[in-house]
Amino acid sequence: MSDATIVVDGLRKRFGAAVALDGMSFTVRPGQVTGFVGPNGAGKSTTMRVILGLDAADAGSALVGGRPYRSLRRPLSQVGSLLDAGALQPSRTARNHLRWLARSQGLTDRRVDAVIERAGLRTVARRRAGGFSLGMRQRLGIAAALLGDPPVLMMDEPFNGMDPEGIVWMRGLLRSLATEGRAVLVSSHLMGELQDTADHLVVVGRGRVIADAGVAELLATASGDRVTLRTTAPPEASAVLTRAGATVATGPGAATITGLAAEKVVALLGESRIPFSEVSAHQATLEQAYLELTRDAVEFHSAAGTGASR
Amino acid sequence: MTAGTSTVEREDTGTGRDGFARLVRAEWTKFHTVRGWVIGMVAAAGVIMGLGLSPGRQGSCGQNGPDSVCALPVGPGGQEVTDNFTFVRRPLAGDGGITVRVTSLTGLLPTSGEGTRPGLVPWAKAGIIIKDGTRRGSAYAAIMVTGAHGVRMQDDYTHDTAGPPGGVSVASPRWLRLTRSGDDVSGYASSDGTHWARVGTARLAGLPATVQAGPFATSPQYTQVINQPLSTGEVSGPSQATAALDHVTLQGAWPAATWTGDETGAFSNASPLQRGGFQQTAGGFTVTGSGDIAPAVPGAAGLGTTITQTLVGTFAGLIAMVVVATMFITAEYRRGLVRTTLTASPRRGRILAAKAVVIAAVTFVTGLAGAAVVVVFGPGVLRANGVYVHATTTFTEVRLVVGTAALLAVAAVLALALGMVVRRGVIAVTAAVVVIVLPYLLAITGLPTGAARWLLRITPASAFAVQQSTPQYSQVDNVYTPVNGYFPLAPWAGFAVLCAWAALALGLAVLLFRRRDA
Repeated sequence: MSDATIVVDGLRKRFGAAVALDGMSFTVRPGQVTGFVGPNGAGKSTTMRVILGLDAADAGSALVGGRPYRSLRRPLSQVGSLLDAGALQPSRTARNHLRWLARSQGLTDRRVDAVIERAGLRTVARRRAGGFSLGMRQRLGIAAALLGDPPVLMMDEPFNGMDPEGIVWMRGLLRSLATEGRAVLVSSHLMGELQDTADHLVVVGRGRVIADAGVAELLATASGDRVTLRTTAPPEASAVLTRAGATVATGPGAATITGLAAEKVVALLGESRIPFSEVSAHQATLEQAYLELTRDAVEFHSAAGTGASR
Repeated sequence: MTAGTSTVEREDTGTGRDGFARLVRAEWTKFHTVRGWVIGMVAAAGVIMGLGLSPGRQGSCGQNGPDSVCALPVGPGGQEVTDNFTFVRRPLAGDGGITVRVTSLTGLLPTSGEGTRPGLVPWAKAGIIIKDGTRRGSAYAAIMVTGAHGVRMQDDYTHDTAGPPGGVSVASPRWLRLTRSGDDVSGYASSDGTHWARVGTARLAGLPATVQAGPFATSPQYTQVINQPLSTGEVSGPSQATAALDHVTLQGAWPAATWTGDETGAFSNASPLQRGGFQQTAGGFTVTGSGDIAPAVPGAAGLGTTITQTLVGTFAGLIAMVVVATMFITAEYRRGLVRTTLTASPRRGRILAAKAVVIAAVTFVTGLAGAAVVVVFGPGVLRANGVYVHATTTFTEVRLVVGTAALLAVAAVLALALGMVVRRGVIAVTAAVVVIVLPYLLAITGLPTGAARWLLRITPASAFAVQQSTPQYSQVDNVYTPVNGYFPLAPWAGFAVLCAWAALALGLAVLLFRRRDA
């Protein structure tokens, strides 16, 4: 599975005076879903277009399985991509859209019907794509991306326009694709969409990577190892926990403990028979972590007003 | 399903010529799955057939009983000919010859009213002729003085050789001699009857032992093109030529004692200018005639039309095809679909090549069907309407059909390339119609002949030359204009001009496609 990767190294690109990519570098590994997040205009779509050989970078390289996309002989069997779900000839049916793509890769109509099934489009496959809702177009885009059974998948904002049911379906699909051993890169400007889906996150702003870490790691950084305690005996509890090495800050109705894990807090209180109604580890959301990380990028963006959004 | 170990079925083994065939199949699938484009092609074939088979043109041939049936004599080369002249003849048995001196050639021309005025058409001709009998269309060789082209030696209608230039008068007469030796007839000219120059020798295969020979005169249709700002008109009518000949010297065996005259204009409703005749004078003849001994041409100077007329709907079919060909690429740009195309096949020149192959094949086949139908059935419709249609060889018909299909195919490729360069449907369609169709329409409608011919030499519309079905003869004055089916370039030269345009546009399109971000 060594070739199922995307390696982006030092990409730079300008559109006129606007800097779109400013040394973008990251790696997408197989067997996991990598979230590609950042505010609008951070360079996510441009990066994806450069990876697919659609746009040329001014500097740097983007390799898929070790090779530039433009050198791939049957690219859809290497990388499945969904950039713009609206990129359809409206009068062509969904199935015919997939059929011409299949022809270009030497694939059979049986394969077309298989991806139609997997994308949940069987009942609408022979309808004109022009009449599809955005959510259905996203499913058609997914079907196209899966056509060549590629080890690498790349999707730009696939949750856009999906109803709640579709979002659940999409999350399950992304998870199962990763479980199958594929490298999956999914961009989003909303961290919440990736909360339970991504294993790894590449956070970008102003055309470069701000953070590149596992989801658990990011959450721990943002959560800061704090425990919340609700008890009817704050002084006693404070005494016990302080003795164990914790720092306790008592607030109205609840105390915040740092320096001890939640399980340890529960054990200590239990031994000392101090009553409590709640002990909970403070759980930061990805959204909070993301806002924390991208604050600078967004602020700079609004203040400078550089229109690097493409 | 495990990523990496692909279990996906393939239709081909995947080597071969690096998958270009796959791309062509993909583009073909794209094409035929858009109903509007398929309808556009059917409409293109339909309009070519509709305009070609619709009874728009009326004639009088065969419309007023058996006498009105139009028929032209056929010459030794198989082509339709005009063979109408005043012939003063005697049989010549075996080898021999005849020599005359021509002292004048004068004539009468029609005017816009009823009258006549003195004058000669450039190809008025008088001299001596040796002919295989009196049947219209039979073989002959002749040497003659002409209205404006000096001495000429002509034979079997299509062959024409120039002799000494200049006109004739009493002060400056012209001596002519024609001799037969077996199948060879040689023509000579002299200004003094002493010093002779051979103008040419014609080989008339199968000439009988006894031929008809003697002086003749004839004068073809007068035509004048009137170019006005928005229209091209013609004035035409019969003309008449009269020649004075003397010093008639015969050589060899001339068994008959007297000269017989076959005069033009012997039919009842002949106009005065069509009437001919001859008078014997002291030592010679005065011969008057009207008509021509030449290939028959359609248009102002001749009768009827040609099979090219049946292809009149080509331009309309071309418009439909140009629109579809342009949209074949601009529709992808409009929706961003071109990016999907490029992710499926990142090598850009090949995409354009595959699209060009598909649109060329589709338009070629469509054009072939449309053109074949009108070329096969169109003449029948015209003849049923009383329009005389000149005969064409099967080879010419095939060239017209294949040429028209090829014209449409290459024009579609040019439109595709323009679409790639411009990327906007409306602008690209407009540009394609302006450079390909408009020059043709202007040339066959409003433009003065000079400008029309110039347009059809340099614009992509030059390729309409593939539709010319009858040759242009330098020895026949006619209105050789595009509207009459005559193009300034030879068929394949005109087609080459279109190909050059298409190649240029395609090259530019590939260059831009490669350079631009998608």
